[in-house]
Amino acid sequence: MNDNSPASGSLTTQKPHLGVREHEGAKQPLSEKVSVKDVCFFYGESKALKNITLPIYERKVTALIGPSGCGKSTLLRIFNRMYDLYPKQRAEGEILFDGGNVLDPKQDLNLLRARIGMVFQKPTPFPMSIYDNIAFGIRLYERLPKSEMDDRVESALKRAALWDEVKSKLGTSGLGLSGGQQQRLCIARTIAVRPEVVLLDEPTSALDPIATAKVEELIYQLKNDYTIVIVTHNMQQAARVADYTAFMYLGELVEFGETRQVFTKPTKSRTEDYITGRFG
Amino acid sequence: MNAAIYNRRRAVNSVIMLLAWFAAASGIFVLALILGTLLYKGVGGVSWAVFSQNTPPPGSAGGLLNAIYGSVMMTLIGTALGTPIGILAGTYMAEYGRGSKLSMVVRFINDILLSAPSIVIGLFVYEMLVVTMGHFSAWAGGVALGLLVLPVVVRTTEDMLLLVPDSMREASSALGSPRWVVIMQVAYRAARAGMLTGVLLAIARITGETAPLLFTALNNQFMSTNMNAPMANLPVVIFQFALSPYADWQKLAWTGALLITVTVLILNVGARALSTRTSKS
Repeated sequence: MNDNSPASGSLTTQKPHLGVREHEGAKQPLSEKVSVKDVCFFYGESKALKNITLPIYERKVTALIGPSGCGKSTLLRIFNRMYDLYPKQRAEGEILFDGGNVLDPKQDLNLLRARIGMVFQKPTPFPMSIYDNIAFGIRLYERLPKSEMDDRVESALKRAALWDEVKSKLGTSGLGLSGGQQQRLCIARTIAVRPEVVLLDEPTSALDPIATAKVEELIYQLKNDYTIVIVTHNMQQAARVADYTAFMYLGELVEFGETRQVFTKPTKSRTEDYITGRFG
Repeated sequence: MNAAIYNRRRAVNSVIMLLAWFAAASGIFVLALILGTLLYKGVGGVSWAVFSQNTPPPGSAGGLLNAIYGSVMMTLIGTALGTPIGILAGTYMAEYGRGSKLSMVVRFINDILLSAPSIVIGLFVYEMLVVTMGHFSAWAGGVALGLLVLPVVVRTTEDMLLLVPDSMREASSALGSPRWVVIMQVAYRAARAGMLTGVLLAIARITGETAPLLFTALNNQFMSTNMNAPMANLPVVIFQFALSPYADWQKLAWTGALLITVTVLILNVGARALSTRTSKS
């Protein structure tokens, strides 16, 4: 485990490529929306993440991949301090987000979570109408007249490619939707709050291939406006949707780089072993 | 396959099944017998007079109006006292103090309260309120019933909130909800039907309680709306009238018993309907 220097090494090797990433539209210079600096994480006494350093680029999709238990979900849950809900979990290090440190104990967690949204593995519609599911998050921070709220709900559902399927039954329970629809409802609910970063924790692992394809298409659309971090078990998915990929193993960041480079010319042998299916 | 073992197993199965069937049938038989007797003896007495006239002196006609009024009032007070405290305590245990020492202690004490004989509750309130105030009162009766409602509501609230998956709480927090919004708007909503079921079952429990009222509200021959004075109530009236030697009093007691049983039955069926609706959604 000590044989590879985490993140920073592979990061440096990446720097020259960063500017030449082909992308339709303007080649705006990359900026780091979130910077993970030397982050460690503990579940009680056991150390689950070891000195992770990682950039998250603005309006790009960054995928976290790795075998079960490698810490990718743990890392994701640090970005919005989700672990704070549970005692005995703590993080060390720094996560810089717009000049502030996310891990600062004085950080206003509710405000942070409104700016860094999250979608979970299992669809989690609230036991209320489809409309109220979307309006829930908006109402937390904004007082809007009815017509404006209607517009926000509609546009969020449209962004999540769900509007056509639910526009005639906005008043019915969100629990009545199919799994794939529920997940898109959750994505709509998250972006309705207008966060800057969207965290996706294996968003398609409970969905069938058709629903998965829809969600992936959605992620592709969303990165025009949002910075996205996605945890996935599915390497093809990472290859399809992500601009950058971080490979994690046993709580360490083994390799980070452009997705194409990580998948075709990994610099670490362990990344190659995982990607070619030798383990995990 | 060894045929002997197989046949033996089949034989044992038949015997056990017969025994279980018999046990279930005798349970239902006893219940049917009780309900049947109650209907047979009580239904004849149900008339408009029961709901429009007060309890009569021996030998004259009357109804149960004052007792029904008293029972409703004290049940309302008991529910109004026990429900909010119970819901708040259950919320603490399931949401804020999960796994904490305090909630373990509260859960343990609550279980004791849940199984405490109701006559002990009656004596306790007698000492605390009746003796200090110097007289029996409907308030004391309501407080005693509230103490019986409380542990039921605490228990069901905690259980129902614990059934709400944490992923729901996480999803709500992830949108930037403060803790109280997570609880009030998401957890309560998800657990609503179950919590309501608990309250209904608690009401059903106190509807027929006699002992705690005997020591607190006592009884009243007349219609009284003064909560600070003794008040008539169905269980104690039934108790008094059923033991009396007068035929018309005994008849009213049967009618009162039927009223209570029907009320409890409705509450239980309502609670069951609510909980099956939850498990489907």
